[in-house]
Amino acid sequence: MVSKTNNRLILLILKNMPVILFLVIFIGFSVLDQRFFTLQNFDNILRSSAFVGIIAVGMTFVLLTGGIDLSVGAAMYVAGGLVGIMLENNYNLWLTIFAGLLAGVVFGLVNALIITKLKIIPFMATLGTLTAGRGLALLITHSRALSFPASIKVGAVKVLDILPIPVLIFLIIILLAVVVLMLTPLGRQIYALGNDPEAAKKAGLNTDRLTAIVYVISGFCAALAAIVAITQQGRVSASFGNGIEFRAIAAAVLGGTSLFGGVGMVFPGTFVGILLMQMIQTGMVYLQVDGYLQDIVVAGVIFFAIFIDSRRMDLLRKLERRTIRVEKTSDSHLDVKGTQQAG
Amino acid sequence: MGEIALSFQHVHKSFFGVPVLRDINIDIKRGHILGLIGENGAGKSTLMNILGGVVPFENGEIYLDGQLYTPHNPEDATKHGISFIHQELNLFTNLSIAENLLITNFPTLGKAPLINRREMVKKTSEFLKLVDLPLSPDTMVEQLSPGERQLVEVAKALSTDASIIIFDEPTTSLTNRETERLFEIIRRLHDSGRTIIYISHILGDVMRLADDIAVLRDGELIDHGPCKEFSINRMITQMVGREINQIYPDRITPTGQEPLLEIKNLSRAGIVKDINFTLHNEEILGVFGLMGSGRSELAQIIFGLEACEEGEILFKQESTNHFSPREKIQKKMGFVTENRREEGLMMTASVAENLGLVALDSHKGPLNTVIRSSLDQAVNGIADKLRIKSTNIQKHLAKGLSGGNQQKVVIGKWLLTEPKVLVVDEPTRGVDVGAKSEIYHILNEIASNGAGILFISSEIEELMGMCDRILIMSYGEIVGSVEREYFDREEILRMAFREHNNGIKNE
Repeated sequence: MVSKTNNRLILLILKNMPVILFLVIFIGFSVLDQRFFTLQNFDNILRSSAFVGIIAVGMTFVLLTGGIDLSVGAAMYVAGGLVGIMLENNYNLWLTIFAGLLAGVVFGLVNALIITKLKIIPFMATLGTLTAGRGLALLITHSRALSFPASIKVGAVKVLDILPIPVLIFLIIILLAVVVLMLTPLGRQIYALGNDPEAAKKAGLNTDRLTAIVYVISGFCAALAAIVAITQQGRVSASFGNGIEFRAIAAAVLGGTSLFGGVGMVFPGTFVGILLMQMIQTGMVYLQVDGYLQDIVVAGVIFFAIFIDSRRMDLLRKLERRTIRVEKTSDSHLDVKGTQQAG
Repeated sequence: MGEIALSFQHVHKSFFGVPVLRDINIDIKRGHILGLIGENGAGKSTLMNILGGVVPFENGEIYLDGQLYTPHNPEDATKHGISFIHQELNLFTNLSIAENLLITNFPTLGKAPLINRREMVKKTSEFLKLVDLPLSPDTMVEQLSPGERQLVEVAKALSTDASIIIFDEPTTSLTNRETERLFEIIRRLHDSGRTIIYISHILGDVMRLADDIAVLRDGELIDHGPCKEFSINRMITQMVGREINQIYPDRITPTGQEPLLEIKNLSRAGIVKDINFTLHNEEILGVFGLMGSGRSELAQIIFGLEACEEGEILFKQESTNHFSPREKIQKKMGFVTENRREEGLMMTASVAENLGLVALDSHKGPLNTVIRSSLDQAVNGIADKLRIKSTNIQKHLAKGLSGGNQQKVVIGKWLLTEPKVLVVDEPTRGVDVGAKSEIYHILNEIASNGAGILFISSEIEELMGMCDRILIMSYGEIVGSVEREYFDREEILRMAFREHNNGIKNE
């Protein structure tokens, strides 16, 4: 039946909207500017995606449970500030990295405690720690901009002459996240929690523990992103990590993660989402779009994607609704068997 | 191991000083099916929640296989082999069947925290076989029909090695065929020696399934004995505590001549086809069809919630094809949805707020502000009239009411708009006999006062008791229309089943 295959096609398109949007914009820019379709440019896009991408992966964990973490930028600044101070004072490099990551974990743990023990909704809890965290970071850095010698900029070093270190770390984080979410009990329980918190409790899942874990993961990712950003930028200023939460949430949502929990994937989802955003920004630089206008365009694209997403959900629901007529056998699986025998 | 699997002794429970269970003493024999019946609010759910470890109890003891049993949480109950299949299903729709079954108990690859997929699929297949569900364990739950989901819940209960399984109204969202399948599975569980507690308002089902019957009323155990000693009449009398001679009101007023709602050649691809009928004033027009016959979808199209692709919807002789529900409400149409929990009520708002919701427009002051006094008066009036059992309708939340009273609130909010046409979809689902009768009388009165009612239901008895005429739907088409004087249960059922025959013969 024609209408049926048509519907199937629409479904297929809608379900893969992030990837399609990515390809369309990719081809669009490639046609508009020849410098866009070059290896160097791809390398550039990947490298500048890395640290936001790492945060977006952590954010995806949080969004999957139906929560939100607005404090990632502050966590990033706290970890970055600590690492910066320790570097200035010539602490051991590995100890410094360890301390930075630990700071992120502790930051996430604080979020988790506020949310699960004080029962404050994630939006307010992390909005609070966002403010407190930036204050703490300004306090430990004495609101100075910390600069480091050029030797810190290992972010440009390529492993095996192909992969820059930040990209490698980003890819490892994605791989780990995919394994955890898809193949471990923990990952599947995170999806369950996001789908129906009440049912999760009734099923005997330790929902507080699961919630705590995702905020700790998010805090850890923010700290890791801080370290990666330092190796690329070579400095920690007072605006370090400022506003990063918007880009991380946008990347996850662009990639198809639902803000209501239970739906979303790190790969291709969030990965495509972050590349999409970075690609648009880079593309606009090539097209010499005004710098202030760029922000507006990026925001516009994000709204567009979220709009498409909500339309998509509506349409999916309509298309997947069981029809009553047309095919008499598709009423349920049970019917199919009987009628085949009859025919 | 005695003959008694489960024994409640002097169990007492009160909420905020109000006793909801008084001195319950009941023994449940091993391997028996106990049909637990009672009106909404009689204490069935509380008793089962106590057993399932969801709520604590105050006095008394529960013995499981002769051992004292005091559950503190749902996991305790699971550990003791008690499994509770709730009315609203607790499945994760974004996960596969296998993941749902083993969500707290994933098999892993040795000591690594990785899921052993092969083991998971193998285990799940075994349990799916037990409930006769020929599906891949990897199927996502969101793709399953309500009946299949119900069976997955049963499989989940079996996977916890349950010896006592509680079913709370398991058939409310199942088609007839799915219900039959579930009953077959329940009988099989029974044959394998499991003890089953079956709660339902559908007394005919209880009669068919149960070995023993227990009746609760106002928190007390009124009657308990083997099923064969019970008749439907005795059950009803015990449940409501009085004889209900007349569940249905007399339909004596002749139907009017003024066409209020005319549906002409209404079609929507894949949903309904070529629907034609006219609803007059003072008429109750029934629509009967099996689950999935397109009844509810038809109602949604008429009310403007879904687009109508072809044909015409004339409301008071005016074409309303492209009217939104809001415009239809302004023209005095009302719609009691089949799903009061999710669509009919704001569960966390007060009873009064729910009652006043659609009538807000008719209590507006000069600056479009709501005139409190006039609204409150109307709301209080309707709450009294419908005898909604709530001591303080301004404070009490809708979710705190029993099912019957909730339904009265839904109907009441439409009554305040004085509808000319009221579409009611399954108005008595999950409602006990006493409240049912009240709802019937209310609907009858609305019709007597000049409105037309489109009464959609899958309970053939209530349509025969209430309607002037019944339309029969099957696969999105109207396949028959019967006048009151020619009502015949078998004939109507035969029409509704007409196109389903193929499948049934082969099962």
